Amino acid sequence: MEPIDTSLIDWSRAQFALTAMYHWIFVPLTLGLGLIMCIMEAIYVRTGKEFWKATTRFWMKLFGINFAMGVATGIILEFEFGTNWSNYSWFVGDIFGAPLAVEGIVAFFLEATFIALMFFGWDKLGKKTHLLSTWMTVLGATFSAWWILVANSWMQYPVGMEFNPETVRSEMVSFAAVALSPVAITKFLHTVTSSWVLGAVFVVGVSAWYMLRGRHTDFAHASIRVASLFGLIAALLTAATGHQSGVDIARHQPMKLAAAEGLYEGGTHVGLVGVGLLKPGVNWAHPEEDPFLFKIEIPCGLSMLATNTPDGYVPGIKNLLEGGYVGEDGLKAPSAEQKMAFGRKAIDALRDCKRGTDGEQTEILRENFPYFGYGYLKTPEELVPPVAATFYSFRVMVILGGYFLALFAGLLLVGKRIAAWKPALLMILLSIPLAYAASEAGWIVAEVGRQPWAIQDLLPNCAAVSKLSVCSVQTTFWIFAVLFTVLLVAELCIMLRAIAAGPEKECA
Amino acid sequence: MTYTFFQEYWWLIVSLLAGLFVMLMFVQGGQTLVYALGHTEQQRRLLLLATGRKWELTFTTLVTFGGAFFASFPLFYSTSFGGAYWVWMLILLCFVIQAVSYEFQLKQSNLLGTTTYRVFLMVNGLLGPLLVGTAVGTLFFGAEFIIDKQAIVLPGEPPVISRWATPWHGLEAVLDVRNVLLGLAVLMLSRCLAHLYFLNRIEDDEIRARSRSMLPWEIGLFLVFFLSFAWFWLTSAGLAVVSVPEAGAGVQEVPCRYLHALLDMPAVLVALLAGVVLVLVGLLTPLIKPASRCGIWSAGLGTVITVVALLLPAGWNGGIYYPSLANPASSLTLANSCSSPYTLQVMSAVSLLIPFVLAYIVWAWHALEKSPIQPSEVSSENTTH
Repeated sequence: MEPIDTSLIDWSRAQFALTAMYHWIFVPLTLGLGLIMCIMEAIYVRTGKEFWKATTRFWMKLFGINFAMGVATGIILEFEFGTNWSNYSWFVGDIFGAPLAVEGIVAFFLEATFIALMFFGWDKLGKKTHLLSTWMTVLGATFSAWWILVANSWMQYPVGMEFNPETVRSEMVSFAAVALSPVAITKFLHTVTSSWVLGAVFVVGVSAWYMLRGRHTDFAHASIRVASLFGLIAALLTAATGHQSGVDIARHQPMKLAAAEGLYEGGTHVGLVGVGLLKPGVNWAHPEEDPFLFKIEIPCGLSMLATNTPDGYVPGIKNLLEGGYVGEDGLKAPSAEQKMAFGRKAIDALRDCKRGTDGEQTEILRENFPYFGYGYLKTPEELVPPVAATFYSFRVMVILGGYFLALFAGLLLVGKRIAAWKPALLMILLSIPLAYAASEAGWIVAEVGRQPWAIQDLLPNCAAVSKLSVCSVQTTFWIFAVLFTVLLVAELCIMLRAIAAGPEKECA
Repeated sequence: MTYTFFQEYWWLIVSLLAGLFVMLMFVQGGQTLVYALGHTEQQRRLLLLATGRKWELTFTTLVTFGGAFFASFPLFYSTSFGGAYWVWMLILLCFVIQAVSYEFQLKQSNLLGTTTYRVFLMVNGLLGPLLVGTAVGTLFFGAEFIIDKQAIVLPGEPPVISRWATPWHGLEAVLDVRNVLLGLAVLMLSRCLAHLYFLNRIEDDEIRARSRSMLPWEIGLFLVFFLSFAWFWLTSAGLAVVSVPEAGAGVQEVPCRYLHALLDMPAVLVALLAGVVLVLVGLLTPLIKPASRCGIWSAGLGTVITVVALLLPAGWNGGIYYPSLANPASSLTLANSCSSPYTLQVMSAVSLLIPFVLAYIVWAWHALEKSPIQPSEVSSENTTH
């Protein structure tokens, strides 16, 4: 089979990564700040104090600036599945399109309708109706996250489907299995709660800046009080769902876990690398020496994370490529070469089964279909994702997650005394970019760690991409890179100006 | 209910979303009129305030249209979006710059300046309807694609099912005047609807007077482009699935493809005529009764009905809704491009939520705009977020 030009695949991946990472700058703040705004407005409606109305309106102004960029960067992603991954769109469109359509009908209209009421309705609606509009806007954004994460989870853990040789595509057989897949539930909870953390860090960070400048201190104290309690709860939930996410990855994407840990050779009682430095330029399929310059491990930590037992077996990259270990199902795992042979068998059977009329070939296809995507790979080495990016991103995400937990707990303990401690205020302010770093790192772990798959085990990127000229994709890549960067800088300038202007008089 | 029923039901839903989208593009039309109708900064802000309260619904309808098309007819999604790459990318870029412009244009320290964001809105207003109309024209008059589902398993071939036959990736659509006429008709319709919307919503005598004086010219241009398109649409030969005795069904070129389709579906023909009449009544209302503000209702409803009635004959009755000029056998029908019966059924159940969605949209509009927008609202702090 003639391969697609690899630079086309790389540029298509780069474009999707670029647009997704830009979009992901804005989404977590929408989800996190949105809910904090809802809580503050609920306090206003309950207490009737104008202070809380002005506080809500200030955060709402920042929410609006951020929201516009989220919308602008989001529209590209939905259509990019068609423009740059057309084979993918046919191969799994029967399943993948449904969550996107539901997202539009159920979530986007809710968001788009009520956001107008939220922004323009302060003087036109009753207090409770306005509060309802704010909640509906944020609920719409959260529903949207649900459906897009259902779609994303399905790519990582395809369930509720069967392959139809007649139509040459995978078809949905259970919507419930797709929409309520355990991986989707965990991913949604982990992603949304981590977004709440980012929103809370943003609020305490901006409030810390006011305290440093000695401005709007009542407003800043009130905002920190709400955001740190909210953030602490969110950080605890993020940690819990993160653990479950680790268990899911160990079960369904063991190569991603091995890459995230830099684990070449697995075993039982495997330690979790707390801090480590990888040697540059290591060939992770066949490393000639210890790939670590140094590492500090938590004994049995990875076994605990992956299997909930200290002596659980965790396969490494070598084990996954060579096979032979006994999996959770009690069966001996096939090697990468064997999986590729099964995949080629499935592809040959699909070609020979003459649109599903040949029973024997159909049966061969059915038996080997779980390895269908391996048939497009040329070498087992292609199965190893970029280890360094996954490894370091995982550490950044987890370590910063722990830091935020401590930050919120500390803020709750210290209370108003924080105003007197300037180094701490500065540290809190500098935590804002760290929250974004943690958020993007999470995305890298999830998406880079699952390469080379568009659909786990079923469709690699090389069989998912659109047939375009490399030049076309390079051109659009640079258009998006320049446009989004300019708009991001504009957004930051506007946001900083709005923060510098501060809340309305009632909060001063 | 049969598989065919669900296919046709989803074609109706997709057509309805397209109709709503075209109607809501009065926002785009309004963006192109900001400088023509607004001679002072206050008036320009007033015009942008009026469209600024609605742009997200237009945007959302476009996104939902894409999602619904993906879910119900994935082969169209993969073929057209992956092939006519440049047309869709240009459309998307138009909408990206719109999404930030309303929010950023009046903000301090917005980096690019108010004028730049208004130029973005102008570009979106001009190119959005023009490109969307031109792209939709290819549904009627064909596009340069080839589909081979077996390519995914053929040795010696890149495993890509849908390919584009020209290196222009969709830009060649502008070489067919019929596509461009539809694009121009959609653009002029969006401007006409914008005039009607402003007449209904804005309480400013100068803007209203300018709108009324511009409207006859805009209507005239719209009619020239629309009637030219309609003539080609009704009289052009097109591809259709034809049953040939002993050879089975095959794709053949037939004369007056859409005229025949309408005659085969008289109810759609009646709907089309009714839609056009409603549009004309709406457009002419402010010219006949200058005090009337109601033109937008008739023209808006007529637009939705007309677009639906134009699209239905493309897909219904076993029609080819996306003809391939490069390889007629690759042409898309509802049957060969749709999702599985199960997916269409599930999606149909979800679509029952649409009336509920429409209901809360109507409620929200009513709650926010019980009376026309006053010039004084521009200076109110609630006019920007």
